[in-house]
Amino acid sequence: MKRFGFAILVVLAFALAFTGCEKKPTGPVTVEFWHAMTGKNGDMVAQVCEKFNASQEAYKVTPVYKGSYSDTMNAAIAAFRAGQAPAIAQVYEVGTATMMSAKGAIKPVYQLMKENKAKFDPKAYIPTITGYYSTSKGEMLSMPFNSSTSVMYYNKDAFRKAGLDPEKPPVTWPEFFETAKKLKASGMQGGFSTNWISWIQLENFSAWHNQSFGTKNNGFDGLDTELVFNTPLTLKHFETLYQLSKDKTFIYGGRENKANPLFVSGQVGMHFESIGGYGNFKANCKFDFGVARLPYYPDVAGAPQNTIIGGASLWVFGGKTKYEYKAVSEFFSFISQPEIQAFWHQNTGYLPITKAAYELTKSQGFYEKNPGPEVAINQLLNKEPTGNSMGIRFGNFNIIREIEDQTWEDILADKISVKDGLDKMVAEGNKTLREFERVNK
Amino acid sequence: MAKQYEFLNQRRLPYLLVLPQMVIVIIFFFWPAAQAVWQSFFIQDAFGSRLIFVGFENYLKLFADPAYGESFVVSTAFALAVTASAMTIALFLAVQANREIRLSSFYKTMLIWPYAVATMVAGVLWLFMFNPNVGVVAWLLEKKLGIAWSHLLNSRQAFLLITVAASWKQVAYNFVFFLAGLQSVPAPLVEAAAIDGASPLVRFWRIIFPLLSPTTFYLLVMNLVYGFFETFPIIHQVTAGGPGKATQILVYKVWRDGVINLDLGGSAAQSVILMLLVIGLTVVQFRFIERKVTY
Repeated sequence: MKRFGFAILVVLAFALAFTGCEKKPTGPVTVEFWHAMTGKNGDMVAQVCEKFNASQEAYKVTPVYKGSYSDTMNAAIAAFRAGQAPAIAQVYEVGTATMMSAKGAIKPVYQLMKENKAKFDPKAYIPTITGYYSTSKGEMLSMPFNSSTSVMYYNKDAFRKAGLDPEKPPVTWPEFFETAKKLKASGMQGGFSTNWISWIQLENFSAWHNQSFGTKNNGFDGLDTELVFNTPLTLKHFETLYQLSKDKTFIYGGRENKANPLFVSGQVGMHFESIGGYGNFKANCKFDFGVARLPYYPDVAGAPQNTIIGGASLWVFGGKTKYEYKAVSEFFSFISQPEIQAFWHQNTGYLPITKAAYELTKSQGFYEKNPGPEVAINQLLNKEPTGNSMGIRFGNFNIIREIEDQTWEDILADKISVKDGLDKMVAEGNKTLREFERVNK
Repeated sequence: MAKQYEFLNQRRLPYLLVLPQMVIVIIFFFWPAAQAVWQSFFIQDAFGSRLIFVGFENYLKLFADPAYGESFVVSTAFALAVTASAMTIALFLAVQANREIRLSSFYKTMLIWPYAVATMVAGVLWLFMFNPNVGVVAWLLEKKLGIAWSHLLNSRQAFLLITVAASWKQVAYNFVFFLAGLQSVPAPLVEAAAIDGASPLVRFWRIIFPLLSPTTFYLLVMNLVYGFFETFPIIHQVTAGGPGKATQILVYKVWRDGVINLDLGGSAAQSVILMLLVIGLTVVQFRFIERKVTY
């Protein structure tokens, strides 16, 4: 009985310690960090957290793997609804508008850093990366974490075989299509393929040519944004892709990143994919390959502009204690340091989020052995971003991409013409934007 | 006898005994189902901070959407195709394996095996074989038969592929039940018919098949339910609903709209419709089809 009484006392003591929220807890303040990184990238998340935990004693960040991007986001939202949100959640770029519109549910990063007087210089970050997660006034809402952008990969061996200069990849789209035809004529199954039709051939295509994807600066200035990408330029581009698919100069390999096997197996000579896929190609391609910038149409004024990012950022949830917020702000300062960023960048293939990390990596000679990532960074830094190339901020973004993917397949299968297809993407996309506006006004 | 009477007289005991089951059913079925009905009358943001009552708008939107009608047609066609092929093939195999043949237990084991494969894995297996870029079968089809295989763009091929993959897995399940059913058909009946001069086909259709009807009926229900609801992992792995929306069956659409696209109201309305569909299907099956079944 005595022992039982003692146990009750211990439990009560603990309960007291935990209910007094604003009371300074004993021992390190622990915060949870929910993420969606698997394999090597998952190990790197753990290592970054370990480095932080070892660097000081007051705070502890615990990484928790929660499944795919959508699983992680859903888990965080469900946890928030149940009052159990983690302090930090990794959310993919298409979830940005959804997270932003949840006022009260999230703590904007610029506020968090200011309130906690953490080391934070918004100018240190690469504008095309932070811009994606900032308000149009430049206030950073979430902390960029793993960022990538789309680039062109090409098979140097295939170039040699087709009598092309492997050090001179095509720069413009007309040159690109000619090269693709030559590659096919040299005996390859096809000329080129692409992943992420929506992200690469629509969103990045628009930014790279400095044309609007949507009104209101691609949605940055309000929920009443509308899609406007069915321009003559996009039409010309898609018309060409469609024509080239008929004789297999262009091979469609599926949605998302499902077209990768076409490039790895040497069936096509050129391919569009995220720079995040660089490591995968390095490990699996049995040929010499190169990375080049996205092609552009030379008759478009201002092209090439800069490309936009993909990947995910870290969102901080509302309703946490000031100690937890302090811990998060310290963690964010920590991961923004050049050494940590360079470590992350060089081990995962994702881009560094600060210029200092890029310079550090360069001085370490990393790009001499891995020229690919530098091409991606230069693409992002090509020009000061404009309203068309800052990023995309749409509610129901997932649905919009789904509509684009589905309609694109219908175009290739001759169920709808290219022109009607693009108009349909815009019309249906706008419908879903209005639905989001209605709920989130 | 007296003791038994006393036992039956205990009024509360039966309720107490069904209580655990009821609690489970209420928590895991009635409560979520009620929530789905409730949610289907609202639109809300992902975080649940804004809830707007919209009446039947979510339903009306579905009925006005031609894509939903298409999804309905695709699901029905798919469920029927899977049921028909999986049951026919299983019955044929079971009849063959039920005879006195050498290695029959080996055949039986091999035929039951696919059932041990998780549905998700089955999807991946078939996808690998038929992947237009790297698949062995796709390659053979193109090189040897001149059939350009591309289920990524050809909706008929996509439908065929998921039907084959889903049936392949279900054949094993049906096979076990048909085999058990066949073994319980009294041998004297079949032998008597044989002596009377009935051919093997006549014996099968007139004696064995009617005696199998309880098994067939049970499997019919199970296969339709499987086709409608449990094939989700195969669709998810093999086609993800594509090309276009050609293989987007109802359950897959519920998941996409709710979990990925966070349209909770619309997704809830779809779930309610599915629920009504299942209730209707079950009633029809037990009311009308079961009457013709001899147990």
